[in-house]
Amino acid sequence: MSAAIGNTIVSLPDQSTAQIPRHNYINNEHGLLSWLLTSDHKRIAILYLISITFFFFIGGAFAGLIRLELLTPQPDLVSSDTYNKFFTMHGIIMIFLFLVPSVPATLGNFLIPIMLGAKDLAFPKINLLSWYLYMIGGTLTLTALVLGGVDTGWTFTTPLSTHYLNTHVITAATAIFVAGFSSIFTGLNFIVTIHRMRCPGMTWFRMPLFVWAHYAASLLMVLGTPVLAIALTLVALERLFGIGVFDPTKGGDPLLFQHLFWFYSHPAVYIMILPGMGVISEVISTFSRKRIFGYTAVAFSSVAIALFGFFVWEHHMFIMGVSSYSALVFSLLTMLVAVPSAIKIFNWTFTLQKGSITFETPMLYAFGFMGLFTIGGLTGIFLGSLGMDIHLTETYFIVAHFHFVMVGGMLMAFLAGIHFWWPKMTGRMYPESLSKLAAVTTFIGFNLTFLPQFILGYLGMPRRYHAYPPEFQVLNVLSTAGATVLGFGYMLPMLYLAWSLKYGAIAGNNPWQATGLEWQIQSPPLMENFIETPVMDHEAYDYEWLANKTRNEVTTVG
Amino acid sequence: MAHETIHTDGTQDPMNVTNPEHAQRHIVTPLQYTYVFGTLLLFTGITIGVAYIDLKWANPVIALGIACFQATIGILFFMHVAYQSRLIKITIGVGFFLFLVLVTMTMGDYVSRAWGMW
Amino acid sequence: MDNALASTGLTTQPAPDPHPHETAVHAEHEHVALPQHRHHFETEEQQREAGSFGMWLFLVTEIMFFGGMFFAYLLYRNWYYPAFAAASSQLSVPLGGTNTAILITSGFCMALGVWAAEVRRRKMLVVTLILTTLFGLAFLGIKYDEYHEKYELHHIPGNNFNVSQFVNPAAYGIKEEPLAPDMAQKTQIFFFLYFAMTGMHAVHLIIGIGLLFWLTWRAHRGDFSSGYVAPIENFGLYWHFIDIVWLFLFPLLYLINRHPLH
Repeated sequence: MSAAIGNTIVSLPDQSTAQIPRHNYINNEHGLLSWLLTSDHKRIAILYLISITFFFFIGGAFAGLIRLELLTPQPDLVSSDTYNKFFTMHGIIMIFLFLVPSVPATLGNFLIPIMLGAKDLAFPKINLLSWYLYMIGGTLTLTALVLGGVDTGWTFTTPLSTHYLNTHVITAATAIFVAGFSSIFTGLNFIVTIHRMRCPGMTWFRMPLFVWAHYAASLLMVLGTPVLAIALTLVALERLFGIGVFDPTKGGDPLLFQHLFWFYSHPAVYIMILPGMGVISEVISTFSRKRIFGYTAVAFSSVAIALFGFFVWEHHMFIMGVSSYSALVFSLLTMLVAVPSAIKIFNWTFTLQKGSITFETPMLYAFGFMGLFTIGGLTGIFLGSLGMDIHLTETYFIVAHFHFVMVGGMLMAFLAGIHFWWPKMTGRMYPESLSKLAAVTTFIGFNLTFLPQFILGYLGMPRRYHAYPPEFQVLNVLSTAGATVLGFGYMLPMLYLAWSLKYGAIAGNNPWQATGLEWQIQSPPLMENFIETPVMDHEAYDYEWLANKTRNEVTTVG
Repeated sequence: MAHETIHTDGTQDPMNVTNPEHAQRHIVTPLQYTYVFGTLLLFTGITIGVAYIDLKWANPVIALGIACFQATIGILFFMHVAYQSRLIKITIGVGFFLFLVLVTMTMGDYVSRAWGMW
Repeated sequence: MDNALASTGLTTQPAPDPHPHETAVHAEHEHVALPQHRHHFETEEQQREAGSFGMWLFLVTEIMFFGGMFFAYLLYRNWYYPAFAAASSQLSVPLGGTNTAILITSGFCMALGVWAAEVRRRKMLVVTLILTTLFGLAFLGIKYDEYHEKYELHHIPGNNFNVSQFVNPAAYGIKEEPLAPDMAQKTQIFFFLYFAMTGMHAVHLIIGIGLLFWLTWRAHRGDFSSGYVAPIENFGLYWHFIDIVWLFLFPLLYLINRHPLH
């Protein structure tokens, strides 16, 4: 199979004779129950993919409503309470029901056993339980929404959430509690699988960096999420029984909630971004035809991010009344936590250098990631510095910062991953020109939406307000315009990916000519992944091995 | 499953995945359990007794110290950790380490506040 | 297009060695797969190790979960020591001490149960599981008694909380220093933590007892006396963990300040 003409590495089988493999995980069993009661990690990944896409669009709808209100400086679309519900539901849905499970539960579930040469995750039934817990959490969130919504902000800050609001805080808190356990079980499954189910020859340092990233994220999921659970439990108990644990009039400290909440929620941002970074490692390597520069550094930096990520949570509380001395310590630690992320960016850049770069859609998203995540990360340093934070915190600067890392970073990485592994999961290629259009549209829309917000924040516009001084209107209108473009950019993949399921080109085993065990098996894979347990006898990202194998491969009959 | 067994002596499993560290299937005997049981009860009695003596700052230290000792022998023997792989031991260590991080770093904030509660 | 694995450079595993092993490590190495063997594991060892590791990871999450409450306790005990000391002295050491002994004994029985499963003694396994359950239920019974007493004394935090016992202990025949009214109000935080921590502990215990009923029934059927010990082993880990949490709760809640002279 020679590379197609034109600057692309895509290598598809002859479409006139190609077929989807007769036996694969999608058609080995039929019926709804075979999906709802499956223990196949690949089917569970697809279940997750459908569910998180559903919740993404609900969260996106709330984003649209927010931006709509902010078109004008007056609070003229909805009342302030309703506006509060908009950004709360947007935050809760996007963070807990979309970003946290996005890459791990879809791509991670699908790929980690295959990348390790295993037949399934360590605990397939617990994997299914994870999905059901996610669905229950999602349903409870929708219940809270339908019953009237929550308006505490996704951060449930006390004493607002415990004493001053009469909305469905407990329902929402329960929803997140349950979804948290979904996350914990996924992480637990990954950790045990990675430690104990690697195929012969698969040493730690031969694993794809995607797996390392998920390992680090799983540590965070397992160790951090329970603290969120107890924080939410205490809020619920405070609301139900008025016991005083966060009530200053009874001797409690509202900041105690924030310490417990952010102890999880800071590592949560690393839970969200690390798997995306894993995707970027795979994509950059494949589309530069080069092994990742400094594999060991990238692997260790994932674990370092996970470790240091536990030591910086108080930077979300600098203005809340914590002591100046501890703020000092946490500010210093925050500066340190940026270092491993920067190491990754440097290593990806050096991977690109002297690589043979092509610009297929996953690579476009990867480039977007590198630029936008860098901006987002650097603005995080601004915020970690105490003096700057006093002025920038609780303004649109923060909103822009986290949207750059989460949307410009993580969501782009998720889309990169979906496009990269779509052929493997479905056996079909998506239409390349449409997808490139979507990628570019998303990039333009994103920048138009969120760059003005840095300026707005710097100028002093507070976050979570639905009215603002008229002089900020131009920037807000730009931002809303950008949001419209961005929304369009996200709709496109829905449409063409669905189209590709029936009409896309047949992908074959390895359309990207990538290394990695997942590309050596059929697309879509068999239910048991491999016919025989593979033995890993080469390093990760070994393009010489791939070239050697391809040269000696028999792909036609007769 | 087929009758081809995967042997765990290292020749066909060089990466030591299927039986890491050749962990022995050590069975803790009822006698060992009885020793631990007795020790736990004894130290519970001690902790109650010492609570009635005024030792000022040493009271909570001793109480927590005894609790930690009881937890340790419970973990090592009732939960078999003394005979388990290093991975399990490290996992437990990481759990307690992180709990200590939560406690000390949060306490650092409270202790250094100027509110006058300390 | 079939799976192209065979045409790749990846090799399969070499043929298995047909000779039995003499070394001690493989003394218990089964050549016949247990019925509970899962297809995605290569060996029993791997399955058992993975199961144990998974259970430990779950217990680590429990450490972090209870940890949040232990921290809240640590903070408020330091802020409101007199209130905590006075409130703690209201708890009954005989009842708490007995409960501690009961839970330790149940742990001992559970450990013996694990041993019984390992040496394949079905009847002993069933007996020890039943004993563990009984001790667990006894613990809950005493706990209920203590909670009921708190209810009667209006020491349950909330609208009915009553601090008169702390403001004026002499009137109730209690040999304690009276607390100032605002410090006396802080006893509510102690009792909240008492109920939250022991309550959360009790919830875990109830779940454990529920699992014990199921395991006892399966043990009676002989599921765990033919070499498949993982569920008993892993449940044992969970049960001992509950026990250890109590070993910390008892001194922290019941024994804050029991000196005759304050």
